[in-house]
Amino acid sequence: MESSVLQFFQWFWNLFGLWDWVWSWFEPFWPLVWIIIKIVAIFVPLLLGVAYLTYAERRVIGAMQVRIGPNRVGWWGLLQPIADGLKLFLKEVILPTKADPSLFFVAPALAMAPAVAVWSVVPFFDGGALADVNAGVLFLLAITSLGVYGIIIAGWASNSKYPFLGAMRSAAQMVSYEVSMGLALVCILMVSNSLNLSDIVRAQGQGAMTDAGVGFLSWNWLPLLPMFLVYLISGVAELNRAPFDVVEGESEIVAGHMVEYSGMAFAMFFLAEYANMILVSATVSIFFLGGWLSPFGFLPDGIFWLLAKMSTILFLFLWLRATFPRFRYDQIMRLGWKVFVPLCLIWIPVVGIWMMSPFNIWK
Amino acid sequence: MGARDLIQTFSLGELRQGLAVTFRYLFAPKITIMYPEEKTPMSPRFRGLHALRRYPNGEERCIACKLCEAVCPAMAITIESAEREDGSRRTTRYDIDLTKCIFCGFCEEACPVDAIVETHILEYHGEVRGDLYYTKQMLLANGDRYEADIAKAREQDAKFR
Repeated sequence: MESSVLQFFQWFWNLFGLWDWVWSWFEPFWPLVWIIIKIVAIFVPLLLGVAYLTYAERRVIGAMQVRIGPNRVGWWGLLQPIADGLKLFLKEVILPTKADPSLFFVAPALAMAPAVAVWSVVPFFDGGALADVNAGVLFLLAITSLGVYGIIIAGWASNSKYPFLGAMRSAAQMVSYEVSMGLALVCILMVSNSLNLSDIVRAQGQGAMTDAGVGFLSWNWLPLLPMFLVYLISGVAELNRAPFDVVEGESEIVAGHMVEYSGMAFAMFFLAEYANMILVSATVSIFFLGGWLSPFGFLPDGIFWLLAKMSTILFLFLWLRATFPRFRYDQIMRLGWKVFVPLCLIWIPVVGIWMMSPFNIWK
Repeated sequence: MGARDLIQTFSLGELRQGLAVTFRYLFAPKITIMYPEEKTPMSPRFRGLHALRRYPNGEERCIACKLCEAVCPAMAITIESAEREDGSRRTTRYDIDLTKCIFCGFCEEACPVDAIVETHILEYHGEVRGDLYYTKQMLLANGDRYEADIAKAREQDAKFR
């Protein structure tokens, strides 16, 4: 990939016969420029994905509620996210009198930064990660945990009742579900024997089922089905999305931590939430659905499989939101601590014994 | 809790049932009406913007009996009357303040000569409060303009009265 991009530059500058001169001073900067190119290649599609995820959400939920959804701005309403973005961009950011000014503006950035930073370890195709970190799973868990600081600081800095309640709820909820998420991942680490995200995907592409040409049966979702469900549902809870959206809980506490925010500061929280949605769909695809691997032996692997799996999971998130009413706060806590955590704690020894037994399928 | 219940719980039975319902409706025909292009049907009794009617010979119907002014619960109607040169009693002033009007239709019911009526017009607006203060000339103009619609609505509703 890198060499073909370089070849393009060489071809371009050779049109003017300047390649040798350009390269003579440009060469030391090339590694940096190459990384920036890769960052842009991840960041821009991510933001576009976020924008059109909001559009998709409104259309899908609209359709499920027998409505049409936005269809006026542009063809089939396709320019609606752009119009929304423009509107938010032009609106005033109001600073409440009693809010802490510095923390109030740091919070949206703290919510946004982790949601974007995590993408550096996500492998899009074989060898297609910005940084192929050996402890990728740890990095992923560490950075996504930082996202809660944005919400807590926003709730605290607003110096207002509802944001504060929202922040407390989100702190409790995110901590609870991170436990079951982490424990579900322990099973993945056991069977794939690696913390590297690319290796985890590659480990799913081997076994009797892959040799038989039906690769999708050897992905982790089937042997670890309970963990798949636990991870998926914990992921939805981690995102503070319906049916676990007590943090926002618009019928109880208006919008939780976002009550006092407007304009671009609000948009940052919004972007972070949707970027996290895309991230969770990517991690579910990588950990349980075989990442870039193709489901059948006769089809080639590639990034489009990852995108297809992510789209399916994202559709599931929208579908869940259109279907289920919000959980009560104590029900969320009960589900996290009394159902998921024990289930994970039981399933880890089960997988361990399975791996030690003659029926081990992960050799 | 029997075995059947356990299976139902752990296979997320009720959740799947709920998801199936929403998925079916994803493809259901949508009931949305694309408003400015499409409109819902309107009853002949619809009560919208007011109008003062005339007889076919051009004579205004209103005889300044002030029954509408008396019945109006929002006190939105103001009438002043005087004798015309030919000796008949007519209004010199007939104002309806649409910011006060609650569109109850009592004025229409009270009128013995079908002079004040409410039309089907609902898409009107004012940029300042004064724009919604309708004078006699404006109401008569409304009547002249929408007479065909008004007469048709009266005719459709006549058999139920």
